[in-house]
Amino acid sequence: MAQTLFDKLWDMHRVKTLSSGEDLIAIDRVFLHERTGSVALRSMLDTGRKPLRPKHVFCTMDHIVSIKTERQKDDARMPKGQNFIQATRDASKEAGIELIDVLSPEQGIVHVISPEMGIVQPGMTLVCPDSHTCTQGALGAMAWGIGSTDAEHAMVTGTLRQRKPPQMRITIDGAFQSGVTAKDLALYIIAQFGASGGSRAAIEYAGSTIEAMSVEARLTLCNLAVEFAAFTAIIAPDAITADYLKGRQYSPKDWEGATAQWATLKSDKTASFDIEYHIKAEDVPPMVTWGTSPEDAVSIFGAVPHTEKESSRDYMGLTEGAAMESLTLGGAFIGSCTNSRISDLRAAAAILKGRHIDKNLRAICVPGSMAVRRQAEAEGLDIIFKEAGFEWGAAGCAMCFYAGGDTFAPGTRVISSTNRNFKGRQGPNVRTHLASPAIVAASAIAGRICAPSELEKGGSNGQ
Amino acid sequence: MANNPFKQHTGIAAPLLENNIDTDQIIPSREMTSVSKTGLTGGLFAGQRYIKGRTLNPEFVLNQPDYAGATILISGQNFGCGSSREHAVWALKEYGFRAVIAESFGEIFYMNCIRNGILPISLSADTIKQLPREITIDLVAQRIGAIPFDINQADRTMLLKGLDAVALTLEHKSDIEAFLLKDKKQRPWIYS
Ligand code: SF4
Repeated sequence: MAQTLFDKLWDMHRVKTLSSGEDLIAIDRVFLHERTGSVALRSMLDTGRKPLRPKHVFCTMDHIVSIKTERQKDDARMPKGQNFIQATRDASKEAGIELIDVLSPEQGIVHVISPEMGIVQPGMTLVCPDSHTCTQGALGAMAWGIGSTDAEHAMVTGTLRQRKPPQMRITIDGAFQSGVTAKDLALYIIAQFGASGGSRAAIEYAGSTIEAMSVEARLTLCNLAVEFAAFTAIIAPDAITADYLKGRQYSPKDWEGATAQWATLKSDKTASFDIEYHIKAEDVPPMVTWGTSPEDAVSIFGAVPHTEKESSRDYMGLTEGAAMESLTLGGAFIGSCTNSRISDLRAAAAILKGRHIDKNLRAICVPGSMAVRRQAEAEGLDIIFKEAGFEWGAAGCAMCFYAGGDTFAPGTRVISSTNRNFKGRQGPNVRTHLASPAIVAASAIAGRICAPSELEKGGSNGQ
Repeated sequence: MANNPFKQHTGIAAPLLENNIDTDQIIPSREMTSVSKTGLTGGLFAGQRYIKGRTLNPEFVLNQPDYAGATILISGQNFGCGSSREHAVWALKEYGFRAVIAESFGEIFYMNCIRNGILPISLSADTIKQLPREITIDLVAQRIGAIPFDINQADRTMLLKGLDAVALTLEHKSDIEAFLLKDKKQRPWIYS
């Protein structure tokens, strides 16, 4: 019988079907972070349990670590944050797992460093108590977000009890218009089908547009699957995936064996899905959100739509019909597991070069990992960001979410390369507009929401 | 860890009838200040429950006298979407909630409820609107008053018995070990 890629991975990891009807699925890797992973570790150790295969459990510090360049090992960006950092350090040691600590050269956001270190690989199952674990499906892995209790379960038993989700395929064909990115596509899909549109399904992204995408762009696309209420997202591994993983720290030593197996990881031609959607890449405009759900996204050249979600519109301080490009900004943020990789920073820097941000605006760029930061510095991108008036941070989740501590002032309108525009997500009453790094950069220059193409027309603001 | 079994429960049902109430709203990140599953209840719905510091907001449903002591929460579509933080469920549990009734749930939130002995029930919007203030949920009979509801049987058993999933799964230890041995031969690079 014809199988989907997801069927194949599911069967490959099924230990047995339980009398409850759930499947016991073997988990190849568990990733933790100090925010939710520390509780899982502590709770596991306190009940006298330990990881079945400690070598296959990794933990990073990303959520609440300070993003100041000169940070010390215990510095947090929230009150009492050092407790989490210390507790994570102690518990990781006690559990015998690898901790990528604050000052480690590999430190960074879990979904940035896992691919970067070659920890996630095609055909694997990987779980993390973090909802954006779906990001890592971009490498052809079955990767999904779980709660802390299930993280404990995965560590201790090497498995999870799981019901097989429905399956969806979204096929995207053709080339994007200039200036359109994977981020715009992700927002377009969510706007088109709604924040519940993913129907708890495992979504395979396929089609010529996906085949032409870099791994980094695929990671961005898969990152937003959870905002679409998907179980997770997956992309069939190909030569681009293998090239990306070659020579990384944890990439398979048995490269021949691994890549031979990876070549079999694709949906059979006649495989069927519960739901299928087709999208033409040329139909996707540069997108920006106006409301407090990622589904509230429109073309940047559009306007605030008529809506029944008045509380959302009021929170954002908007009036119906206002042009998106007329909205004045007080903040700009480039970072997060969505868009903080080297290609994102290059795209932003290309726009910022020789220009300066609007004087009424605070702009921050936080690379997703210390490796990305080093690469950016080697290319001189940090200079471009700083000369343009951006703050330049050390790796972490940073302003993607408010943990207490430093952020934008209440009421500030912020253009952000992140994935969530929920009320209060970036701080009390902070108004978040999601967009691609290029749009964030252009908007920071203009001081209002602004498409990069428009900036090119008008030239630089000459500072 | 094992939970209190859930068989029948009668309580006040507080309506929070919005869609897409995410876990950031259920417990904002800034309220998650301890490395434990407890001490979180003060942070529950902190963004809406309080005005100016910690003064109770009289507009918020849980602060209204009619809904004092509510143990059931009622909401719209996609309740508990967003961040995977189990703290959302721990905070609800600590506050005293035993069940959440909504049109649909965020996937991770739903499983977190099951793992912590909280009953998540999906009902249609029309049925939800008709629920009275005080209701009796019978998980044995799968009914709320006269209204039947569906639930996955594995989840139902976990809740009825208050089971600890880790202990249950460890009963299959020999199968897991056999699987790993076989898998190691097929995918050696995963284990090196
Ligand atoms: S960058 Fe944001 S979305 Fe990504 S893991 Fe960190 S907090 Fe979560």
